[in-house]
Amino acid sequence: MSTPTKYKPRDWKVQPPYKHDAYASTKLRAPFKPLLRLKQTLSEVTGPVYGHDAVTPLDADLTVNARRNGEPLGERIVVYGRVLDEDGRAVRDSLVEVWQANAAGRYVHLIDQHDAPLDPNFTGAGRCMTDGEGRYRFVTVRPGEYPWRNHYNAWRPAHIHFSLFGPSIATRLVTQMFFPGDPLLPLDPIFNGAPDPDARQRLVARFSIEETRPEWALAYEFDIVLRGRSATPME
Amino acid sequence: MAKQTASQTVGPYFAYCLTEAERYGGHSVASNRLVADATLGSRIQIEGRVFDGAGKPVPDAMIEIWQANAAGRYAHPEDTRGHAPLDHSFQGFGRAGTDAAGRYFFDTIKPGTVPGTGGSPQAPHVNVIVFARGMLVHAYTRLYFSDEQSANAADLLLNSVPESRRNTLVAERHESDGRVAYLFDIRLQGDGETVFFDV
Repeated sequence: MSTPTKYKPRDWKVQPPYKHDAYASTKLRAPFKPLLRLKQTLSEVTGPVYGHDAVTPLDADLTVNARRNGEPLGERIVVYGRVLDEDGRAVRDSLVEVWQANAAGRYVHLIDQHDAPLDPNFTGAGRCMTDGEGRYRFVTVRPGEYPWRNHYNAWRPAHIHFSLFGPSIATRLVTQMFFPGDPLLPLDPIFNGAPDPDARQRLVARFSIEETRPEWALAYEFDIVLRGRSATPME
Repeated sequence: MAKQTASQTVGPYFAYCLTEAERYGGHSVASNRLVADATLGSRIQIEGRVFDGAGKPVPDAMIEIWQANAAGRYAHPEDTRGHAPLDHSFQGFGRAGTDAAGRYFFDTIKPGTVPGTGGSPQAPHVNVIVFARGMLVHAYTRLYFSDEQSANAADLLLNSVPESRRNTLVAERHESDGRVAYLFDIRLQGDGETVFFDV
């Protein structure tokens, strides 16, 4: 058997802590005890493999994939980028899942009771596979901000949730993409859960005039970096 | 070198994309049913509840599992062992949301033995990832089986866990009407806190 790949550890200068007092829900959900060390085995360096047949082109267009009687309301946008690892290698042929609120800041989720309208033509769920160079692309509408009960007058900045696998369960990542210039960013305990200002900045998409389609939609570029391979081979 | 992208919470509203898309008119790429009729191996159910530090159920957690097939083979290109055959009816990945009582379950098969560090065998186990509102980063744990006592006693990782906490990783076997279930409760914090690993 060939020597399996090993992955670099999670970078805890970049990754948020479990306990982050400003985010009230962490208080009873953050493990108290330190994580125990684990030497990666085949169990950690493998993970679910999806082929391109797991998605259809429609899955990547959230303005179309839930239409019932017309177009969803809101500002159409393009969200695109690359999934890379820490060494700059493309994470190719890898599943990307996204979910978000509609333009009014309402999720279709049954427990979301925010007083804002649902859109019959929008669920806000999408997925695609990265291509051979790690690129992905979605068409959607810009999600609205919405209130939550973390503290008095708390509002989430506009964001899109991303779920990524990469090549193994060690590279699994769930994150959120934010929009440049959002005045709610400095006030958001979730965004600010990332301890490092540069790491936070990397969660903010870049407005892209290059990919903005004339007469059609603004574009935002969001690159995602998963854990890289470790130089030290596994025992 | 590029820096890792920071993790953010899955939040409370993932179900219509990740776990229950069918209920909302879409489709998911994973569910809590890992087995098909043709899947090889003994059918088991993994079930449990997720609790917070106050002992209250967590109704908005997402649990993912990743496991080898009955022959101990992972359906992944990194696993190149010829003697452990792939089962084309078993991918090995499952995903479940918790319900209002914090419950989750998976229909799966008992995995075989997979190699560990230095080539020593690992006790049969299931890799478990916990996501939830209130968790800015996911947490990795492992499920071992209570009826694998001798394999568990020889497992390097299990032995690296302080003995007083080892039981949090061992799912208790229950059998009724021919149905085999392993009970695996996950305690995020405090008394009986589940062991989580820095994978």
